[in-house]
Amino acid sequence: MIGSLPPGAVMILGALLVPLLRGRLQRAYVLALPLLGFAYFYGIGEGTFGQVPLFTYELTLVRIDGLSRLFGYLFHLAAFIGLVFSLKSSKGSLEFVAALVYAGAAVGAVMAGDLITLFVFWEILAISSVFLVWARGTERAYRSGMRYLLIQVGSGVLLLAGILIHASETGSIAFGHLGVGSLGRDLIFIAFGIKCAFPLLHNWLTDAYAEATVGGAVFLSAFTTKVAVYSLARGFAGTEALVFVGATMAAFPIFFAVIENDLRRVLAYSMINQIGFMVVGVGIGTELALNGTISHAFNDVLFKGLLFMSMGAVLYRTGRMNGSDLGGLYKSMPKTAVLCMVGAASISAFPLFSGFVSKSMVMTAALEGGYDVVWLLLLFASAGVFHHAGIKIPFFAFFAHDSGIRCKEAPRSMLIAMTIAAVLCVFNGTFPNAFLYRMLPFPVEYVPYTMGHVITQLQILFFSALAFTWLKLSGLYPPELRSTNLDAEWVYRRALPRMFGALGHAGAAAYQRLVGGTVETVRGVVGSVYRHHGPEGLWGRTWSTGTTVLWVAILLTAYLVVYYLR
Amino acid sequence: MTGDSNGRKHIFDDPKNVKRVLRGLYVACGLVFLADIANLVIVWMGGHELRHAERTWEGLPGFYSIYGFVACVILVLIAKEMRKVLMRDEDYYDR
Repeated sequence: MIGSLPPGAVMILGALLVPLLRGRLQRAYVLALPLLGFAYFYGIGEGTFGQVPLFTYELTLVRIDGLSRLFGYLFHLAAFIGLVFSLKSSKGSLEFVAALVYAGAAVGAVMAGDLITLFVFWEILAISSVFLVWARGTERAYRSGMRYLLIQVGSGVLLLAGILIHASETGSIAFGHLGVGSLGRDLIFIAFGIKCAFPLLHNWLTDAYAEATVGGAVFLSAFTTKVAVYSLARGFAGTEALVFVGATMAAFPIFFAVIENDLRRVLAYSMINQIGFMVVGVGIGTELALNGTISHAFNDVLFKGLLFMSMGAVLYRTGRMNGSDLGGLYKSMPKTAVLCMVGAASISAFPLFSGFVSKSMVMTAALEGGYDVVWLLLLFASAGVFHHAGIKIPFFAFFAHDSGIRCKEAPRSMLIAMTIAAVLCVFNGTFPNAFLYRMLPFPVEYVPYTMGHVITQLQILFFSALAFTWLKLSGLYPPELRSTNLDAEWVYRRALPRMFGALGHAGAAAYQRLVGGTVETVRGVVGSVYRHHGPEGLWGRTWSTGTTVLWVAILLTAYLVVYYLR
Repeated sequence: MTGDSNGRKHIFDDPKNVKRVLRGLYVACGLVFLADIANLVIVWMGGHELRHAERTWEGLPGFYSIYGFVACVILVLIAKEMRKVLMRDEDYYDR
């Protein structure tokens, strides 16, 4: 039956043939897969398909509705752009296979109509994506990927446990609105939260994305967290705690982004900040807020992808990613610099760029919902995002002091991929009603381009830029330093290993003492026996007859004395 | 600053161009700030407001400008202080 095959399966199954092909043919095939997948997804239209019985439950492999439709467009598009970008940087077929399976799993997950199907794609997401980190081939990447995998699989285990408890309680595995309040649903909530990079659960993102391959980071930035945002929007819209979780996510990473040296890690922190806006939208849960969340997720994949691509191109050409090593690259890579600035303008929500038309929906919804303090925090985060992602990224990579690095412009395929993303950023920002707003789950009455919105946004942005300029010129701005900044990950990367190490040490010492003590005692006994009874020992000697007679005489004399004394 | 190794001069090698960019920024800041003052005058004269405020405090002239500037300065200064506590060597976790 048409539609019973999940649209995500096109890329997943198609990926299996990639290693059999070589060269040009392979590249053409790889690029064709997301297009094929999209054609199939587009062709089956809206509805639910693929009902398959599983024991007493019924799976719904495919559900395409107002909420999942836009993600279907988005993930096929992101896969295509990412693959074009990776054509040159990908070493061998591994990255292509991993990326295609990963993208397919993301498509599958957002179209899952029940929790079991969601879980299956959730795990494929985790396992396929780690290869995009490991493909870097360094020891650091290997370890980082291991940590990433542990946390992602941990999220999967929590999800499965939650689903099982929820299913046994309610008898339903439907993936609709869940809401918190029972153990099963709370576990599902936490599983989503891990993948969504909730505060304190966020370091897998900043850890792995900065260690991934040049193209890998682009794919990673597109799928995992957006699947999580979608899942939260589907299952937990209107959960008020999310408003505060989201506001925290929007605010705290920007401090880390300011002092982080690795520019792709800066982008990773900035990503948590953007997801924060989406999570706030889910928490508010009104139509305007959810529209804002979904449209911002769409825009974020494009502009964050564009920023990751521009930094990927820099890494590909120079082999470096630290702000302290880069600078002045606009001379060598002018096109990449301009494309990067389009991404920077979009994430900063400049008028005519995509962030402007989506982020403001969430903010307006926050004010309408009476969350004034949250709104102020989001405004702070908006100024901050311009500061670290809008200015810092392009400034330290392409301008600042001239690092003296001279390299070639990014390869053509990379420039094409970045241009597609940049054009879409401007298109969505300039003509939001042409596509983006029409694809949202709820009808849009929101008008982004009012005189007031443009003026206030420009005030925020220009004065943030003024602050950066003043801090830089006065020497107050912290310089880029080669460093590691401690974050929540310290707990599992340093404290716990050290603690277990110390515990192990203490245990080993106690064991040593115990064993050592016993051995010493035994050795002492054996030693003393040996000393007295051994070949050299007093009691072990063979005595001469004279000595024996003497000793016998002494003993007899002693006996006589004792006898008379009685 | 010097030019390229092959002698090519680039746009920001000339400090005059850097100054031009900065001057552009100052002018832009001045203009958007003036918009708030103009708004005050227009409303005072009974005209249609340039920007509508959802909350009174948010409608105060210069609110967004000052908030943006102060937010960024505070952000950077706090982040700088955070370095004293959080910053370690680059190979901290590798050791």
